[in-house]
Amino acid sequence: MTLIHARGLVKRFGDFTAVDGIDVDVERGEAFGFLGPNGAGKSSTMRMIGCVSPPTDGVLRILDLDPRTDGPRIRARLGVCPQLDNLDIELTVRENLTTYARFFGIPRRVARSRADELLEFVQLTERADSKVEPLSGGMKRRLTIARAMVNEPDIVLLDEPTTGLDPQARHLVWERLFRLKQQGVTLVLTTHYMDEAEQLCDRLVVMDGGRIVAEGSPRALIERYSTREVVELRFHGESQDVFADKLAGLGERVEVLPDRILLYVSDGDAAVAEVHRRSLEPASVLVRRSSLEDVFLHLTGRTLVD
Amino acid sequence: MITLVLPRLVSFEGAGRRSGAMVERNAATLRSAYWLVMLAGFIEPVLYLFSIGIGVGALVGDLTLPDGRVVEYATFVAPAMLAASAMSGALSETTFNFFGKMKFMRLYDGILATPVRPIEIALGELAWAMIRGNLYAAAFLVVMVVMDLTTAGAAVLAFFAAALVGFAFGGIGMAVSTFMRSWQDFDLLSSAQFALFLFSGTFVPAQDYPPVLRWVVEVTPLYRSVDLIRSITLGGAGWVQVLDVLYLLAVFAVGLTVAGRRMERQLCK
Repeated sequence: MTLIHARGLVKRFGDFTAVDGIDVDVERGEAFGFLGPNGAGKSSTMRMIGCVSPPTDGVLRILDLDPRTDGPRIRARLGVCPQLDNLDIELTVRENLTTYARFFGIPRRVARSRADELLEFVQLTERADSKVEPLSGGMKRRLTIARAMVNEPDIVLLDEPTTGLDPQARHLVWERLFRLKQQGVTLVLTTHYMDEAEQLCDRLVVMDGGRIVAEGSPRALIERYSTREVVELRFHGESQDVFADKLAGLGERVEVLPDRILLYVSDGDAAVAEVHRRSLEPASVLVRRSSLEDVFLHLTGRTLVD
Repeated sequence: MITLVLPRLVSFEGAGRRSGAMVERNAATLRSAYWLVMLAGFIEPVLYLFSIGIGVGALVGDLTLPDGRVVEYATFVAPAMLAASAMSGALSETTFNFFGKMKFMRLYDGILATPVRPIEIALGELAWAMIRGNLYAAAFLVVMVVMDLTTAGAAVLAFFAAALVGFAFGGIGMAVSTFMRSWQDFDLLSSAQFALFLFSGTFVPAQDYPPVLRWVVEVTPLYRSVDLIRSITLGGAGWVQVLDVLYLLAVFAVGLTVAGRRMERQLCK
């Protein structure tokens, strides 16, 4: 069953077009990702799906309802974890869940028992009576995720769920999200972390400048837009450019960066042997598997967008 | 007016419950410090009543009303203090607190991700402000009855009038807050509030003003509130007071509508 269906979806703010006609379908039980640099239109798309931002143009159906007219009914079945935590700082950790449940019309007794379960799930039981302020960033994010689960939603929307978290906290969040996915919860997330997308997403779209530039599973995207392996070479000297000519024709693509040269090849070791045969002596050599990051940078470019 | 405007903004199915959840949220934040704030809100009008009503009243002596009746100055000032306190109670909750929650705590962003709508948040916040304002009003009316400034029967009626005054100013407060850009803008609001407090026929009958000024004073919401409550506690309410009630209902409906619309525009971009 298609839970989210968008065709030609557009969001404009005045003259600025944040989302420029995207087509998306998300199926039940799927973990779907929007991948893209800052300003690609990911958050605007998420806000439209979350029924807090009316689409400017195009078709959008969520849970087979129209967000323009059925906002409250749709939101009743969504869980939202926004990019910036907006927990209620005047309430305790547990109260954040119990009062939030009341906005969904969940009876108090049910709200209390569900809050206890969720605190257990996100490992915050010991901090239940603490205020929100002293919690670490990771704890706040886990609490926000727990809050998004309080109405047992059909779809959970996560806008950059691990941005700003330290590695331990990120892994704990990933592990909890993976558990949700196993329970059959449909996850829709945005991220600019490639490892996050590879870890969590069954399927994803790469967005750039408000448009979808690629779509598929992480594996399929790597196969289509990159090679199997990547060789990273570093040469001594001022510039890497002088070596680029000598590497011409090696692999499918040679990319020269200020500090290193990347060779996109199917067989990394063979490419390294060829480098040595051409009597080049790089200071360091790294052969690695191609990642979603290579796809991402290939598609959206290396120029900084802010 | 309310029955005309509101149903178009809110379908009442579940709306009351969702606004109620907003009230519940506020009740959950109640901590001991809040009771001190509440106590201060109650004491303020009582202090005015004693210092001006009784203190200055001793210098002023008795007052002749436009209809020829002669009353003590404290009896004249007390209902105005009640109206002013209903105003300030409603405004403090719907301006500073409301603005802080909307712009700085980002509280409503989280709530709008639930089935709750902007207008329902506004309604819930207003209801909450009313609970606070009505407690002040009830306490003050008890003081008035004890001091023999009105009768118990009139006090009950005046309580409902004070509640209406609170709703009207709550609506104004919320609507105005959606126009505020920063905390500095609230200084303007405080000045306006103080000017209303001084010149709305509170301490001096508006009939004593020059005609032009009198006309200006008589269209302000606090003047209509004072007029309504004074005519109840002094006795002698008539058709003019029906106008007061309609006026305050209209102010409330317009304020709430504007607040709801502007919240939607600002929070649901």
